[in-house]
Amino acid sequence: MSFLSVITLLLVYQLIGELIVLQLALPVPGPVIGMLLLLLTLLFKKPLALKMEPTAQQFLAHLSLLFIPAGVGVMVHWERLQTEWLAILLALLISTILGLLVTAGIMLLLMRCSGHSPSQPDSKETP
Amino acid sequence: MMSPSAIWVYLHANPLFGLTLTLVCYLVAWRFYEWGRYNPILNPVAWAIVIIIALLWALDMPYQDYFSGAQFIHFLLGPATVALAIPLYFQLRKLKTIWLPLTVALIIGISFSGVSAYFIAQWLGASEQTMLSMIPKSVTAPIAMGISEQIGGLPTLTAVFVVITGVLGAAIGTWLLRKFRIEDESVKGVAMGVTAHGLGTARAFQISPQMGAFAGLAMALSASISAFVLPLVLTLISA
Repeated sequence: MSFLSVITLLLVYQLIGELIVLQLALPVPGPVIGMLLLLLTLLFKKPLALKMEPTAQQFLAHLSLLFIPAGVGVMVHWERLQTEWLAILLALLISTILGLLVTAGIMLLLMRCSGHSPSQPDSKETP
Repeated sequence: MMSPSAIWVYLHANPLFGLTLTLVCYLVAWRFYEWGRYNPILNPVAWAIVIIIALLWALDMPYQDYFSGAQFIHFLLGPATVALAIPLYFQLRKLKTIWLPLTVALIIGISFSGVSAYFIAQWLGASEQTMLSMIPKSVTAPIAMGISEQIGGLPTLTAVFVVITGVLGAAIGTWLLRKFRIEDESVKGVAMGVTAHGLGTARAFQISPQMGAFAGLAMALSASISAFVLPLVLTLISA
């Protein structure tokens, strides 16, 4: 499947998602609904998933690029950051560490309780 | 030949500059990251942001002018979210066995990240608006901004917190989880996606497709439920 077809299809699903959110006044973002609808479609059309996969993977490989414009917005808040930078940095750092550990811990605990055996990692820790 | 000031006016008025600057800085930062063997210190998003801000300051260009071009990249967050359905599809069989632990961990994780940031910021003397803007910081950018507005934070400040959280989570997350001997790829993926949204997901995809798929799923699920959960959590803690 060409890049153009894949991106068009993604945009069509996003658009449908946005329209549904608008119509039903849902507090869920449109792209999330679009994602769920695409997932539903793929369940019935497995060949489509296989055809979209290489392009989607290339697109998602640079997902982090898409956050740069919002991050540069830090310059708008320069004055606030100058006075509160230590509190902000520590709050974000510590809560991120706690969030990672609490999420992983609870999930592992519940998986053990429900008798699920943890899966083996399928690749080594190399980027 | 155009005079320097005419070139200057052209650059300010044209979206081409912000767009190209973002791509070039990201690619340069990415090369350094590769060259440095993916050392977290060289996180390409953080460095690209630093370089862009330095250049905008040197050129005396306001953020709005930059964003008129960079918005085309920002816009792609939407279709990228939709595209997460594809890796997720290939992990459905695994998902069916762990959906309940995943959902519970997700709701607690997303609340815990926001609330702990809120209280640590309060303890360190941050202003009320900063504290409120921190609550949705683990949710992916466009949604976090919406929640921030709803609960009385500053949406653009939240966007900044979201990106910093994502960079921190991506930089330390996989290392931290390995230190705590967590080996299950799906658990690591969910922790990365819940805590560090798209940036954590991007990092998880670098390690394995399975970890990436679960990070993407966790990010998408938390994006859908945090709009319900976080305002509720805030009423609970401020009561």
